[in-house]
Amino acid sequence: MTALLAADPVTGLASMLSQPFVRNALVGGTAIAALSGLVGYFVVLRGQVFAGDALSHVAYAGALAALAAGIDLRFGLFAATIGVGLLLGLLGGRGTADDVVIGTTFAWVLGLGVLFLALYTASGSTDNGVANVNVLFGSIFGISTAAATTAAWIAAGLIAVLLLIARPLLFASVDPTVAAARGVPVRLLGPLFLAILGATVGEASQAVGALLVFGLLAAPAAAAQRLTADPWRALGLAVALAVLAMWAGVALAYAAPALPPSFTIVGLAAAEFAAATLYRGLLRPLPT
Amino acid sequence: MSGFSIGGLDLVGDVEHLLSYHFMLNALRAGTIVAVLAGAIGYFMVLRRQSFAGHTLAVIGFPGAAGATWLGLSASLGYYGFCLAGALAIAALPAAGRLTAGLGGYGDESAVIGTVQAFALACGFLFVSLYKGFLSGLTGLLFGSITGVSDGQVLALLVAGAGCLLALLALGRPLLFSSIDSDVARARGVPVRLVGTAFLLVLAVAAAGASQITGSLLVFALLVTPAATASRLTARPLPGLLLSVLIAVAVTWLGEGIAFYSPYPIGFWVTTLAFSSFLLATGYRHGIDRLGRRRPATPRGERRGEVAA
Repeated sequence: MTALLAADPVTGLASMLSQPFVRNALVGGTAIAALSGLVGYFVVLRGQVFAGDALSHVAYAGALAALAAGIDLRFGLFAATIGVGLLLGLLGGRGTADDVVIGTTFAWVLGLGVLFLALYTASGSTDNGVANVNVLFGSIFGISTAAATTAAWIAAGLIAVLLLIARPLLFASVDPTVAAARGVPVRLLGPLFLAILGATVGEASQAVGALLVFGLLAAPAAAAQRLTADPWRALGLAVALAVLAMWAGVALAYAAPALPPSFTIVGLAAAEFAAATLYRGLLRPLPT
Repeated sequence: MSGFSIGGLDLVGDVEHLLSYHFMLNALRAGTIVAVLAGAIGYFMVLRRQSFAGHTLAVIGFPGAAGATWLGLSASLGYYGFCLAGALAIAALPAAGRLTAGLGGYGDESAVIGTVQAFALACGFLFVSLYKGFLSGLTGLLFGSITGVSDGQVLALLVAGAGCLLALLALGRPLLFSSIDSDVARARGVPVRLVGTAFLLVLAVAAAGASQITGSLLVFALLVTPAATASRLTARPLPGLLLSVLIAVAVTWLGEGIAFYSPYPIGFWVTTLAFSSFLLATGYRHGIDRLGRRRPATPRGERRGEVAA
């Protein structure tokens, strides 16, 4: 606590950055936050927040299935989220995957997660209970250098793909009918985006946990939407706000060890959203 | 609980054996109350397309319970307090966004609900971390412990459940009317907004009560799945409502019975049985629709059922 606050800020910051676990958290966290802000903006724009909610539960079941099977947690995580994301996208293409179908399915997937939890904890020691909590609520300070680097590369790749399809995706999100008439492959973009969303949920789960993914996905994007009506500016702002919440959250959790980093990151993202809402409420509504 | 194998097919004997344990009796009592409540209220939740709001209310009890435990208060107080506050917060959102808060609606209002949900869960994690040595209780809060239900809890649940059902009965027709067509209902003088808020409060009490038995993460399965199954099978409200309750009770009893004789957790069995019934009902609906398409002169009653599909 005193390391960051008592001495002058520069020394405190330098001593914080000299810790390898903080550096890992920042390397992985920055890339994950940037990706989440970017994807989150499209999630909010496309009204697919509930799909993101569903995918975060799928992430939990997938990670625990991998743990129960004794393989790398990330295999289960990504296989489950990307697979279900694609499935939701393909069902949604026919206009039938409504919130009831999504809700029913992820309620069952969560039941599967409980089964895997039982299988996993029955086979091991109390460490397994800790692993379960880490999947649910994340442990960015426990991320290894290799895991942080991998997460950063995956995030960079996903950001590149998303930027490549950003313009048609934006068009298809705002007005799918006109976009389809203009030759934008709307039916292809939907499932592709949900697959990217799935991978993003898998990434973000490693940082803040499956249950708190929303804090990085929805909060910065919703805050950005309150601050500007211009889509490109809002995209940039969502990324900036997500990265800011990540950095400040990591620093705050380092300075106050009683606070878990997942809480500070998500709490700050929610605070950004609350501040943006207040700011918008005090001024006039957005011109459109 | 585990390691007991079924010898032969003596079902009556098995059930008698199961009921000879007091904890199983209490589990069945609590499970029945929760199932009736979730089946009935979930039906309206599905009808009103408020699955996302329902899910958020279901998980919001977790930080309440964790916070109350940290402060040394009763967990029930936390469940009810947080769920009711959450319901009021969601009710305060603009109506247009609230009703379509899901896939394909106005994303912004569902983003607000999502942010609230994430923040609530983050607070729950904070309380759990601050309350050291609570880690083992975390799984109980999230996934429930239906085998550890006390007589007092059953009684409290019964009171809360009876209150919820009475409130639902009082709301009855206006709620149904405004759920199916809010514009027409408003034109006919139904206080749509007030009815909607009252329903969210009932949903909150039911979710808070049920969470204490099933855990915060699994209460949603009982809310949404039986109701979704029922709405696949009939489009008429009253039979749909009764069917939803019936399915919820059936999967809960079966799930508890199977879980007693198997090493796997009850949450898995109940959700899997419920989801199987949903898949069967969806298959049945598709079959009916295909038959209807093959024969052009379908009775109107059957075609109407497609609205639900």
